Amino acid sequence: MSLRLCINGETHDVADDPDTPLIYVLRDTLKLKGTKLGCGLEQCGACAVLVDGEVRLSCVSPAGTFEGQKITTIEGVGATRAGKRVQESFVAESAAQCGYCTAGLVVAVTALLEQTPSPDPEKTRTALAPHLCRCGSHPRILKAVETAAGRS
Amino acid sequence: MSLRASPFVRQWLQSDGKAVTLHTGKVDIGQRISTALAQVVTEELTIAPEEIRVAPVTTAGSPDEGITSGSNSVEHSGHALRLAAATLRHWLHARLTDAEGCGPWILENGAFRREGANISHSIAGLMVSEDWSNLEVDTGATPMAPADTLPAPQMRGLKDMVRGSFTFVHDIDVPDMVHARVVRPPHARATLASVDTGTLSRLTDEGLQVIQSGNFIAVAGKGEWAIVRAAARLGVACQWARNGGLSEEDVFGALTRDNAIRRLPVVDGLPLEDEPVPAQPANPAYSQRFERPYFLHGALAPSAAFAVFRSDVLEITCHSQGIYPLRDSIADSLGLAPEKVVITHMQGSGCYGHNGADDAAFEAALVALELAGTPVLLKWSREDEHAWEPFAPAMATELAAETGPDGQVAFFSAEVFSDTHRGRPRAGPDRAGPARLLANQWRDCDVPAPTAAPNMNRHGGMHRNLDPVYTFPEKRLVKNLVGGLPHRTSAFRCLGATTNIFALESMMDTLAKQASEDPVRYRLNQMQDPRGRAVLERLSEQIALRATPPDTGGRGIAYAQYKNAMTRVGMCVDIDMADTGEVLLKDVLIVADAGRVLDRHGLIAQLEGGFIQGASIALSEEVIWDRDGILSRDWESYPVLRFDRVPQITVDLIEAQHEPSAGAGEATPGPAIAAIANALYDATGMRMTRLPLTADAILRHAAAL
Ligand code: FES
Ligand code: FES
Repeated sequence: MSLRLCINGETHDVADDPDTPLIYVLRDTLKLKGTKLGCGLEQCGACAVLVDGEVRLSCVSPAGTFEGQKITTIEGVGATRAGKRVQESFVAESAAQCGYCTAGLVVAVTALLEQTPSPDPEKTRTALAPHLCRCGSHPRILKAVETAAGRS
Repeated sequence: MSLRASPFVRQWLQSDGKAVTLHTGKVDIGQRISTALAQVVTEELTIAPEEIRVAPVTTAGSPDEGITSGSNSVEHSGHALRLAAATLRHWLHARLTDAEGCGPWILENGAFRREGANISHSIAGLMVSEDWSNLEVDTGATPMAPADTLPAPQMRGLKDMVRGSFTFVHDIDVPDMVHARVVRPPHARATLASVDTGTLSRLTDEGLQVIQSGNFIAVAGKGEWAIVRAAARLGVACQWARNGGLSEEDVFGALTRDNAIRRLPVVDGLPLEDEPVPAQPANPAYSQRFERPYFLHGALAPSAAFAVFRSDVLEITCHSQGIYPLRDSIADSLGLAPEKVVITHMQGSGCYGHNGADDAAFEAALVALELAGTPVLLKWSREDEHAWEPFAPAMATELAAETGPDGQVAFFSAEVFSDTHRGRPRAGPDRAGPARLLANQWRDCDVPAPTAAPNMNRHGGMHRNLDPVYTFPEKRLVKNLVGGLPHRTSAFRCLGATTNIFALESMMDTLAKQASEDPVRYRLNQMQDPRGRAVLERLSEQIALRATPPDTGGRGIAYAQYKNAMTRVGMCVDIDMADTGEVLLKDVLIVADAGRVLDRHGLIAQLEGGFIQGASIALSEEVIWDRDGILSRDWESYPVLRFDRVPQITVDLIEAQHEPSAGAGEATPGPAIAAIANALYDATGMRMTRLPLTADAILRHAAAL
């Protein structure tokens, strides 16, 4: 059994069972450790990746269902202009404390800004609601979104 | 303790001739201590933060600074490091003057330069060429005057975090490493009755290892997903005896004087051992009981630890807040000499107190001992972390007060009830260290069950901030350590202060209303501390500039100084009420005085983050259970505050650059809870006294009126 995945612009043939949740293929097989596991239940957003530009959680869906789609992980997000800007604005606004939620949020904010270059604060809050941050970095993260959107 | 245990400058600062490495015993737990400490070195030695390294914190060499907690890191480690750096600077300056004449030498960009001449000596270079190995930290060394010109430091590691290249314990991956998971009982009273042998042999045939001792059972092998699945199969194969199940007794009904195993008067924040408890006031004009349920630390990342046992040494990498006490507890558990256990800290996610970190470290060690020579990465699942971390204890605080003719408090009584906040593994009577490691309660061993002893420290444990910060002429303070409650508990951010500040500041709000006083004024009238008064005055000025909240909403204010000794915080929270009964947080103003500011962004982040955690506790967090086990096992059964409920927050810092820096990590949760409860009262006229203030609880309260 083999699985062909397109991740960060590269094609990977892996021997994992296609039923394996994507995150374990990313982290364990491909050693892309940037994507984080927080719950494994699609409840916290830590494991978010981009799939054809949309935010998708990687902790439950089988890797096999991602064949033929373009996966971008946190390691590849900086390759686009929007992604790079989001990364820079997170740094500029100090938008993390422990940083465990950061990867998922950088991914989610990148997708948000690709779709809505200048989201209003309510839209941003709703878009990010699937993502938990237990350190309470929310205000800084919201500020980073504003900065990345060129509004502050 | 920092300098007593590590008196030499070389124990804090080292150099390879190019960069300077700082050593600390305090660990990063999401509070950005390494950023603040590097800033101290930047300030004292003028070396740019990029040229400062922070050594990994390890029992093989770092200063022993106990546990990273209580917002003490900046005061302890920061102070020690500042003195060490100042001592070094003075000493090097004196050496240069001796050897090359008195300059004047100017220190800039990490180098001593002689005015007018082309001579420059870098501190890093001097640290290698000079012999200062016996230089002791001079506790009288004069630090550099605070400079306004230094740019705010950038958080260490953040660049890697946003790129996904920062390594957490969870990301460790070394050749030949196996993953491990523990299969846990349905609840704390259950015991392992049997394991299906068919499953056991199938797992073994697949090359997996099952490790069992008493009620402790774990599985290890290659491939993380394979082990997650194997643990699920092993879970199904285990039969557990329920032994009557968990107690379903109402915990608030149990938090009483009758159930107290120790009852102690508290004077000036300090419990007294041999003093009688003063009598309860009879028929006080004001009396009210405030309660909080058990709640979780709820780290975003379930706990994890790495361990390997080779050449007779047990090496552990974990995200514990106290690697030295943990090392001693693990060594004692296993009958090893302490130096045969080496623990190195690596970051996990934010922990907010004693979570599963230490237990995971010990469990990884147990598996590593069985698989000698093989590196083991053990992780808890989300369900493990929710159900098995030591909870923040349920608490009650009973207040009573008499007021004078001016409406001010003339007599104040506060009595607090709680199980222990001290569940951390650390040496103590009855083998307290081993007893507090979860796996020792399960495996075959002679470790006794943990016992609770009252925390006798000033503002320690449940009595943190029990002593009011106001000038009440007569006070009666009592702590009640209650035993026999259903759940394991330990230290959570702020310890008892969240409950005690919620109680005190709710009372102040009620009494201000009774006296028809403005709530800020009412507090000011009963406060002497000039810095506290300045915070309240600023709060008052800022409130005057704000629009009043909508008719359907309300405004609450609160004040607190953490431990009556650290960061001072005044807060104003505006809310609106949804038709569903839900509290909608709108606008928050935080005025704070944290003394000298080292890491401005970091400080603001701590104050905001504390508010958000406090708000989450105030509005939604509560552990629920029944006789079959903990029911709060994920983020749906245990909801927390998410982005869609985050208010607009403004932080106004009063920068007291000539005062010592005070920790701020625990300054805001208490006032956040109180200000929200006060805003709810303002909006609805309902004085709610039990957390959490969920829509459900609010509607039930309204229906009962
Ligand atoms: S780890 Fe996927 S949502 Fe939590
Ligand atoms: S920064 Fe720690 S969970 Fe978000």
